[in-house]
Amino acid sequence: MFKCKTVWNKLAPLARASSTLCLQNARKSALRHGRRLEMVQKAQMSSGPAGGGGENTLYYVLIGATCLGTGVYAYRTVSGDKERYNERMIEIGSRPKQGPQAAEAVAKVVTESKEEPVAEEPTLTEPPAEEPLVTEAVVESTETEPAAEAPVTEPIVEASIPEPTVENTIREPVVEASVTEPVAEAPAVAQSEEPLAPVVESEPTPVIIAECVPEASSVSESGKTADSKAAPAAEPVEPTAAPSDVPEHAPYLLIGGGTASFAAARSIRARDPGARVLIVTEESDLPYMRPPLSKELWFSDDPKVIETLRFKQWNGKERSIYFQPPSFYVSPADLAKVENGGVAVLTGRKVVHMDVRGNKVTLSDGAEISYEKCLIATGGVPRNLQVIDRAGEEVMKRTTLFRKIEDFRSLEKISREVKSITIIGGGFLGSELACALGRRSTDVGLEVIQMFPEKGNMGKVLPEYLSNWTTEKVRKEGVSVITDALVKNVTYKNDKLEIKLKDGRLFKTDHIVAAVGLEPSMELAKSAGLEVDSDFGGYRVNAELQARSNIWVAGDAACFYDINLGRRRVEHHDHAVVSGRLAGENMTGASKPYWHQSMFWSDLGPDVGYEAIGIVDSSLPTVGVFAKATAKDTPKAATEQSGTGIRSESETEAVAGALTAETTATPPPIQQEEDYGKGVIFYLRDQVVVGIVLWNVFNRMPIARKIIKDGEQHADLNEVAKLFNIHED
Amino acid sequence: MSYCKQEGKDRIIFATKEDHEAPSDAELIEDDPNDPYEDPGLILPNGDINWNCPCLGGMASGPCGQQFKDAFSCFHYSKEEVKGSNCVENFRSMQECMQKYPELYPNENDNDSAPSGGADNAPTESTSADSLPTFSPDSTPAATENPAAS
Repeated sequence: MFKCKTVWNKLAPLARASSTLCLQNARKSALRHGRRLEMVQKAQMSSGPAGGGGENTLYYVLIGATCLGTGVYAYRTVSGDKERYNERMIEIGSRPKQGPQAAEAVAKVVTESKEEPVAEEPTLTEPPAEEPLVTEAVVESTETEPAAEAPVTEPIVEASIPEPTVENTIREPVVEASVTEPVAEAPAVAQSEEPLAPVVESEPTPVIIAECVPEASSVSESGKTADSKAAPAAEPVEPTAAPSDVPEHAPYLLIGGGTASFAAARSIRARDPGARVLIVTEESDLPYMRPPLSKELWFSDDPKVIETLRFKQWNGKERSIYFQPPSFYVSPADLAKVENGGVAVLTGRKVVHMDVRGNKVTLSDGAEISYEKCLIATGGVPRNLQVIDRAGEEVMKRTTLFRKIEDFRSLEKISREVKSITIIGGGFLGSELACALGRRSTDVGLEVIQMFPEKGNMGKVLPEYLSNWTTEKVRKEGVSVITDALVKNVTYKNDKLEIKLKDGRLFKTDHIVAAVGLEPSMELAKSAGLEVDSDFGGYRVNAELQARSNIWVAGDAACFYDINLGRRRVEHHDHAVVSGRLAGENMTGASKPYWHQSMFWSDLGPDVGYEAIGIVDSSLPTVGVFAKATAKDTPKAATEQSGTGIRSESETEAVAGALTAETTATPPPIQQEEDYGKGVIFYLRDQVVVGIVLWNVFNRMPIARKIIKDGEQHADLNEVAKLFNIHED
Repeated sequence: MSYCKQEGKDRIIFATKEDHEAPSDAELIEDDPNDPYEDPGLILPNGDINWNCPCLGGMASGPCGQQFKDAFSCFHYSKEEVKGSNCVENFRSMQECMQKYPELYPNENDNDSAPSGGADNAPTESTSADSLPTFSPDSTPAATENPAAS
């Protein structure tokens, strides 16, 4: 049907244009050349191009226009019928399903249907034979013929709808087909016709309709989608998922259930009173924060931490990684009705198709949700090494791609069972996991190896001298760090994984954790027609995080324009929060660009911790200003001092003026032999500071943010460093 | 004595305490308090409450968000002698709502009393501070403090 329609859409203007044109031509030629008309007819006889010429064309155009005109009219009537038919179907489907005892329903339907046919006037003159695609339409139009017929239609349709799932896709076309038959027959014979019709017409029509249907939606389960298009309320889908569970419409639809999505939901609810927000997530968990999965949760004393996912912070305060407990959310089914709106989370569902023109999305189970504003916050999936991908199932079974709660649970279990774990990757995640596992290594007799191609931990982030210093610290945590390591292949041999490096070194281990980056999830780009960035990956959005009029993207998947730092894509937690909040604000009409610079942080054990902001790339020239560190300058001390849990929390929900720096106890001074105890490192691009790392120096992020925002060229960065008071607590 | 060294493209400065005690001559651009792009903190430039302030945690967005907003708007604009004394009804309905969700709003006793202090005081004062972090999940600084301004 849609193919037909698209083709028609293209032809229609042409048809109109040509009909106008030929009318004009006709008049002109009639007026100017009276006798010319005769010549036109004669010209028609001659088939040569020279002889025919303009008149020939004119004639063809006239005939063509007439045919097309008729076609337009016919099609319009027919497609109008389809809409009416669909509406009727919806109405029928929404009535309680009866199954085989359609008899009572039939009686009801007959009385109700009496109103319908009067309104529906087919007045179709064209023979239904022309195109297969028109058959369906014709079929429908014959349904709507005079009152006598209608009861024939309705009961058949009615009976078919309640029937079980798989059947239905064939049933409905059959039903439609069967209708062409009983045009002349009496309504009383309604029920009995059903068995006849399928025998005769079951083949052609379902095929035709099945062809048309996939055009309509590019969802793999086309049958189910057809149904959902024709009668959304009928939803003859799996018995497991209650169809009423999925709302048909969500004013605010957030695709993805991670940090960015939750931040947006909160922002929308704060700014739009009574907003109804629907989060659709593939995961089975409610929105949660990711950083503790590789840090705090590993340091917890609680043996039940794997189930509760609660962690005790340095100051003893406990919290869950979930942003909110389940009671915060409303159920998706109630979302439309609850008085003051709310946030609903639809778990275990993936959005597989996005119709931007129609403002709706299709889920993996075929359900459709229409929206007014949509946020794409799909994040990404961990990358894997090609050598592991190709290494076979035994190797894959013993490899963890760490990202979600289930990965944490599985790795935690594995860490207590195996003798050796190797982490491939020297960035944030790899180093944090290495330190976390290294901590355990002494308790449980676990060998922890970390290998990566760079020269030191965080080699792509920290300048070399600092990266080396960090690597030493990681080694002190009990990790065997292998630098300059390029993995050539991985094999499973004698119940062990053998990792062979390019330079020949061989390592035997029980389990591998691959922390080699994130691949942004871009699956909706194609169906939605959204631009994808080739440099950074991710959906390309503007400075206000907007991809199209009603579509925003936030979090790991967004490649956005940062007014201060240029186009970039950021994969940090705080960025997800900041961009999610901003997207939420813009979805409620704020029109603000990305301005508040997000930060990130990392703790590598109790001695090494840093916060950073902006573009922190070790390939940039850097200027580092250091002071000697005392025992007070560690992440642990920072949290104790500010009386909050997670170190960076002290910067966020802090009440104005509530933070007072009080040291509750003076820790014993530790002899600091290292040179790089604490300090601040500036990353420069064209002599402008674009990134800052605060090394073991905390609660100074606002100043760092200010310097980046200013974007000034400073002659002496030591002077700028003074602003941070690095010698003080 | 401060000194510096160069390692390739990276410059390293070791600064003494005395060196850094001298006032900095680095120049920072003065902030515009009415910059529309900046996150405004709890109170917007026009005097309204910024419900999206991270300092409020999830209070304005939760199931009792509407009651919370009503109560604190009333308090914020209250011109009574005892600020907020005309808002008792609002606070009561807020409290009622919060009692329905003990998981989200623990220590409901702390929400009884209207926050004392001026309008600028974020409603997250010391008594209810304990309850808030449990449902204020962002572990990130989306600024309540304007850089270098407050």
